[in-house]
Amino acid sequence: MTFSQTTLADPPELPASELFGSRFRRIFWHHPLAWLGVAGLVGLVGFSFIGPLIYRANPYTLHLTAILQAPSARFPLGTNNLGRNMLARLMLGGQTSLEVGFAAAVSAMAIGVVYGLVAGYVGGWVDALMMRIVDLLRSIPGLFLLIFLDSLVTPSPGLLILLIALTSWHGVSRLVRAEVLSLKHRLFVEASLAVGGGAGHIIFRHLFPNVLGTVIVAATFMVADAVLVIASLSFLGMGLPPPVPNWGAMLADAMAYLPQHTWWLVYPPGLAVLWTILSISFIGNAFRAALDTRMDSSVRGGRVL
Amino acid sequence: MMRYTVARILQAVPTLLLLSLVSFLLIHVVPGGPAVVMLGDKATPALIAQINRSLGLNKPLWLQYLIWLRQLLQGNLGYAYSYHQSVASLIATNLPRTLILVVTAITISHLIAVAVGIYQAARQNRPVDHVLTATLFFLYAMPTFWLGVLMVSTFAITLGWFPASGLYNPLLTHPSVGSYLYHLVLPASVLVIGSVAGWGRYMRSSMAETLVQDYIRTARAKGLSEGAVLIRHALKNSVLPLITLVGMSLPSLFSGALIIEIIFDYPGMGLLFWNAAQQRDYPILLGIVIMVGVLTILGNLLADLAYAVVDPRIKYQ
Repeated sequence: MTFSQTTLADPPELPASELFGSRFRRIFWHHPLAWLGVAGLVGLVGFSFIGPLIYRANPYTLHLTAILQAPSARFPLGTNNLGRNMLARLMLGGQTSLEVGFAAAVSAMAIGVVYGLVAGYVGGWVDALMMRIVDLLRSIPGLFLLIFLDSLVTPSPGLLILLIALTSWHGVSRLVRAEVLSLKHRLFVEASLAVGGGAGHIIFRHLFPNVLGTVIVAATFMVADAVLVIASLSFLGMGLPPPVPNWGAMLADAMAYLPQHTWWLVYPPGLAVLWTILSISFIGNAFRAALDTRMDSSVRGGRVL
Repeated sequence: MMRYTVARILQAVPTLLLLSLVSFLLIHVVPGGPAVVMLGDKATPALIAQINRSLGLNKPLWLQYLIWLRQLLQGNLGYAYSYHQSVASLIATNLPRTLILVVTAITISHLIAVAVGIYQAARQNRPVDHVLTATLFFLYAMPTFWLGVLMVSTFAITLGWFPASGLYNPLLTHPSVGSYLYHLVLPASVLVIGSVAGWGRYMRSSMAETLVQDYIRTARAKGLSEGAVLIRHALKNSVLPLITLVGMSLPSLFSGALIIEIIFDYPGMGLLFWNAAQQRDYPILLGIVIMVGVLTILGNLLADLAYAVVDPRIKYQ
């Protein structure tokens, strides 16, 4: 018994090992935005994680004789209302943003992918019920839900990651489910069923590798979204408690001093968030082109945060 | 059309029911439980016991849910203890302000997005197209809260052109419509800039797709001017999908409005929600979560029905 026909009937399947193969490399590195995005992200990681090793200033020290100072040789990005070194705080803020953002995106992906795989594969009323839950989450604005959940708990980094994951996994689950629906009647799945493959085997050995491209692209954009959500929450005073610096909270602190034209408090944190989102989105766009998923820009839901 | 309308309405019902069910369960998660949600700081042991009896907390959970649902449908969203008034009356005051902000932004944003989309599609792959694409991408990635802060610092504080906060000039005893509009300019602009990017990008690709259709070639072949082709033939067909896009963007628009209302101290539902979160005033928080959920579901429903009206090809599948 052979299944040679499957390869003829199906469009060429992309094994996971070849997802990042030569075709991927050719398209990704020829994408004009890929270089920009990778350079931006490398710069950001270097700034946040290696920066503090070179620029050894304590982000918590209160320089009470030098509050609200404009940038100078001693304080390259000035000081805030408590006389804290803004450059050191910007670096540390980058660390928390990237760590929490990445962890939240990975957790959300894990939930969303498994949920979508199961809903799509099982089908029937289970799928219908599971998708109504997704509809519900989609209809409650994410920030409202996050603030509500946040008010029930005392935020810590781990809890924040969990909350962001719990409020943002549903977009991915819809994408994965849609892909599974179109995949599950293809010959390679039916062949596996015919030789006695179980549901778990089919879902993780046959379906998962085929949705991996979509998942990687969505995950990239989700990191950007998570960084934005953390910054927005902190800006609203709902994220991590002080004194741990965060770009959003730094900007919120700056608001009280706007009449004193403290531009050095306003521009760096905002630019840092914008820089992060742009770099990661560029990489996501290049991934999308190289992994050839049929996903459109609506993945990010046209958010207005 | 009738069949589609009925089917689409029926599709919204399970989501609405699920929303009510989850909200009902959340009331029991909230510290203090339903009695505190209903009573707030008026809660004395005797009153709590009375409420628990009237809510039927000794009854089975499904019956409690039905009782609560009836209250909800009658507009009873509980009592806001930090404001000493009912949640429903608070929302009734604040919701219209948020809706004005959001609807104004949607309208202006669409006018700009459509104009930019047509312009870009007509000049595809020329330098001006690339510049506009890059600009839109940049705006798309722009964090709303930073944009808000920049607008306040530039146009309210440095230049002093517009007020930095509030709903109207507090010095006026009878504020005019003009005063309201004047205060709406900056907050609405932030929401417009935040939403125009996505819609503009959509309009450009939608127009570009339309422009290669056969009927466009026919329109050109019969000698119509390029303007007439763009506006009368291409625009009509590419602008329609925007209607459903508005429905889908409602959650993010509400989230955006939340941030903007806080920055501009604009007393809408977002600011109310945020203040309630600081006070841990759970009745308000839950009431608003239910409210924005219902509004989004109904908004999506309306958008889909409106789309079916303007495009008769839509069939329920």
